[in-house]
Amino acid sequence: MSIAAAIGDTLEEQPHKNKPQKQGRFTPYWLLLPGLLWLTIFFIVPLVTLFGTSLMTPVPGGDVGEFEQTFHFANYVDTLTDSTYYIPLFRSFIYSGIATLLALAIGYPLAYAIAFKGGRYRNILLVLVIAPFFVSFILRTVAWRQILADEGPVVAILRYLSLVEPTGGVYPSAFAVIMGLTYNFLPFMTLPIYASLERVDHRLIEASGDLYAKPFTGFRKVTWPLSLPGVVAGTLLTFIPAAGDYVNAALLGRPSNTMIGNRIEYTFLSVNDYPTAAVLSFILMATILVLVLFYIRRMGTEELV
Amino acid sequence: MSTDTATKPPVGVRVRSWFGDNALKFYAVIAFAYLLLPVAYTFVFSFNDAGRTNIVWQGFTLDNWKNPCGAPQVCESVVNSIVLALGVTIMSTILGTLIAFALVRYQFRGRGTTNLTIFLPMATPEVVLGSSLLALFLNIFVPLGFWTVFIAHVMFCISFVVVTVKARLASLDPRLEQAAMDLYANEREAFRRITLPLVAPGIAAAALLAFSLSFDDFIITNFNSGQFTTFPKFVYVSATRGIPAQANVIASAMFFIALALVLVSQIRNMRRKEA
Amino acid sequence: MSKTDITKAEGDLYLENLTKSFGDFTAVDDLSLQVPQGSFFALLGPSGCGKTTTLRMVAGLEAPTAGRIRIGDADITYEKPYRRPVNTVFQNYALFPHMDIQENVGFGLKRRGIKDVDAQVADALKLIQLEQVAKRKPTQLSGGQQQRVALARAIVNRPAVLLLDEPLGALDLKLRRQMQLELKRIQTEVGLTFIHVTHDQEEAMTMADTVAVMNNGIIEQMGPPTELYESPRTAFVANFLGQSNLFPAKVSGVDGDNVVLEDSDGRFLMPKNRVADGVNLSSGSSVLVGVRPEKINIGPLDPGQEPPSHGNYVDGVVEAASFLGVSTQYEVRTAGGDAISVFAQNLDVHGLMPVASQVRLTWLPLHGFVLDGHEDINAGVESELVVG
Repeated sequence: MSIAAAIGDTLEEQPHKNKPQKQGRFTPYWLLLPGLLWLTIFFIVPLVTLFGTSLMTPVPGGDVGEFEQTFHFANYVDTLTDSTYYIPLFRSFIYSGIATLLALAIGYPLAYAIAFKGGRYRNILLVLVIAPFFVSFILRTVAWRQILADEGPVVAILRYLSLVEPTGGVYPSAFAVIMGLTYNFLPFMTLPIYASLERVDHRLIEASGDLYAKPFTGFRKVTWPLSLPGVVAGTLLTFIPAAGDYVNAALLGRPSNTMIGNRIEYTFLSVNDYPTAAVLSFILMATILVLVLFYIRRMGTEELV
Repeated sequence: MSTDTATKPPVGVRVRSWFGDNALKFYAVIAFAYLLLPVAYTFVFSFNDAGRTNIVWQGFTLDNWKNPCGAPQVCESVVNSIVLALGVTIMSTILGTLIAFALVRYQFRGRGTTNLTIFLPMATPEVVLGSSLLALFLNIFVPLGFWTVFIAHVMFCISFVVVTVKARLASLDPRLEQAAMDLYANEREAFRRITLPLVAPGIAAAALLAFSLSFDDFIITNFNSGQFTTFPKFVYVSATRGIPAQANVIASAMFFIALALVLVSQIRNMRRKEA
Repeated sequence: MSKTDITKAEGDLYLENLTKSFGDFTAVDDLSLQVPQGSFFALLGPSGCGKTTTLRMVAGLEAPTAGRIRIGDADITYEKPYRRPVNTVFQNYALFPHMDIQENVGFGLKRRGIKDVDAQVADALKLIQLEQVAKRKPTQLSGGQQQRVALARAIVNRPAVLLLDEPLGALDLKLRRQMQLELKRIQTEVGLTFIHVTHDQEEAMTMADTVAVMNNGIIEQMGPPTELYESPRTAFVANFLGQSNLFPAKVSGVDGDNVVLEDSDGRFLMPKNRVADGVNLSSGSSVLVGVRPEKINIGPLDPGQEPPSHGNYVDGVVEAASFLGVSTQYEVRTAGGDAISVFAQNLDVHGLMPVASQVRLTWLPLHGFVLDGHEDINAGVESELVVG
């Protein structure tokens, strides 16, 4: 419950019921110091380091993994024009975009059903939404591999319905990757939407019906706009991790379904081409930030935390 | 018009409202099935008599449950994960709670920057968090292992703790504390007797969240762990050559323990509200 | 069934044998009433009496267990809320927080596809004298302003019936008084049927043409406010509307147009037309005698004083006196043991009757009323007063 509310609040404007009122000039800084120091050293500094790394070039005649700082901005151009990189990057956004829409299509009605039809079982149903988290995310993804395997139930049904060739399958494929992404981030979509819907005053919906709005119009004009903060939070909490994910593509896809995360992992950990991996990380992060800022501006959510 | 039709809703009305009520419930049941199907699969395959490659059903056995540490490295990685998650929980809960208090209870310069610093790690994909920290560790030649993973986990858990505690704290009426002080409690007593007990559920939720985030993390761990193996990493690495059924045993057991704990507390809450 | 356009139905509102049960609990019990078109009708009762449930059934937010609801000839019993020519001013106003005032007021018109929404919204805002806030959001308005916007949002649709669910409950006393007059003015101006649900008897009496007093899911009595006040038919109405002195008595006979009653303090006369319907007047049957506190005359008891010509008097001792400015409220204990409240207008500049002094209370026969003796004397008394 409170986790749901918290994730919902992440990106939602808080009503300032109680203005900060305490005095004490240095107290807040003492409270902030340890945490912010941690974040500065292990989040901000690494990002700067990563940016530095992205401008490096191999030491002439050096070993694999030996680089020197040459402020070689052309790394960005080289990487962005290389189809082994820009295609997975593009694919990442397509896959995660589709997965986000699917998760919204599944998660919104689910959250709505729990919030408005759940009655006294609402909290228990919410626990069921987060229950999959208790089983390792990798194991669940592996389970999907078994479920979607040629001898598994999904393919059997699809073959019976002639939706795939008698010898065809659904794993590994783009479909399986997108399905896995949708699955893995569905709770992140559902919980914030639930938190928003739960706060919608039921009498407002009654009032819209009283004022001649049919149920669907009432939903479109009242319930949906009031739940938008949750939708914004949910789509971001789904889209961002999905765009950077590589586990689903690695476990459920073919090489032709590689996403940018797989490329980053491979260039960083296997090829030890740190500058290229750093460039990719930076491009991924920058693209996401631009998309997110644009999206938030459009949806009119201002305060983020 | 007979009086009968006047005392009962017409059939059309009843059918429509039945459908309206139940279509959504039906949809929700399907969504839950989708969410829980892989969990069920994991559980069922924990009984598979599969030896090393637990992909196809080979027959029922209880051996895996009797001997969960039977496969190499399974228990070692679980212990690693639990120790790591406990440490990360304690550290990130303390740091995050302090920040949440500063943000809700104090007016200070630099609030915007602080908010941004909290928000950014949540808006950054894990690959970027993982690769940037690795870039730092490589540059200053820090050996990878338990402590580098610990540092990484605390870093991304802090933000979630801040957000969770902040939500609880912001919904707290500051007049309660003022009332306590009006009734002769000094600031420290007011904090200990009023604020802390009321915020405690938020802090507990944040700790739980941090624990599960740390325990289940793979991507950031994979970048910064070196030879150190956590449970998710162990599963991922063995995925190519077959995951031992013991991993399913451990995951299923964790699932049921966690579910039981949460359900018991929820039901107790429900009872308390009704009483 | 004729396929008339229900959304345009008009005429009187009829509730016929309306019943609503929630499990074992019957919130509204076989209720029938007719509200004439264009009238201001109040449903008055304590919380939990079924008045809000009745309102919600008329609005279509609750389906009746049995019975029918009609507007003119159109049966709307099971019609969807958005198909009824009925609008509600909700208790908490239920203004849409994400829309400005103009959008809120125009919401219903837009849903019905009406053309000149802006002009009608402007008119409605003018009616409630809030043209200047059209572009603001509900949270930027005061309680009284929000209340008026909620009213405008409903009225602008010109419904056949306008429902008001405790519309003034959230306002402070002064604002409530002001809004009562305002509501009455607007109702007269637009001429719509208003059904007003409230637990505040003063609110009901100031505004409504007809008041129905509800208790335990049924209507105890219905009529113009003066009639309800002067001739209550049940102890509940007598106590819930204003204050009444009720004391048990026995019928001792009939004397021409008057009934002769007897209690521990003596004999009283009551005109027959002041006796509630259905009260058994045969000799020896028990009844309740009621007199409103302001109708009793109080004066010092002089030794050897003659009884008044009509014979209705009681002697007693002042137990408490509170000076209220316009009037003084006395609590008098009679020789027979009854406690009687008296409101005496302060016509004199020197005349408080001191506590413990002997007094005589008198009242004209036509100022009393007679109820059935099986009624609960304390029905409808606010609980704090029962204790004291």
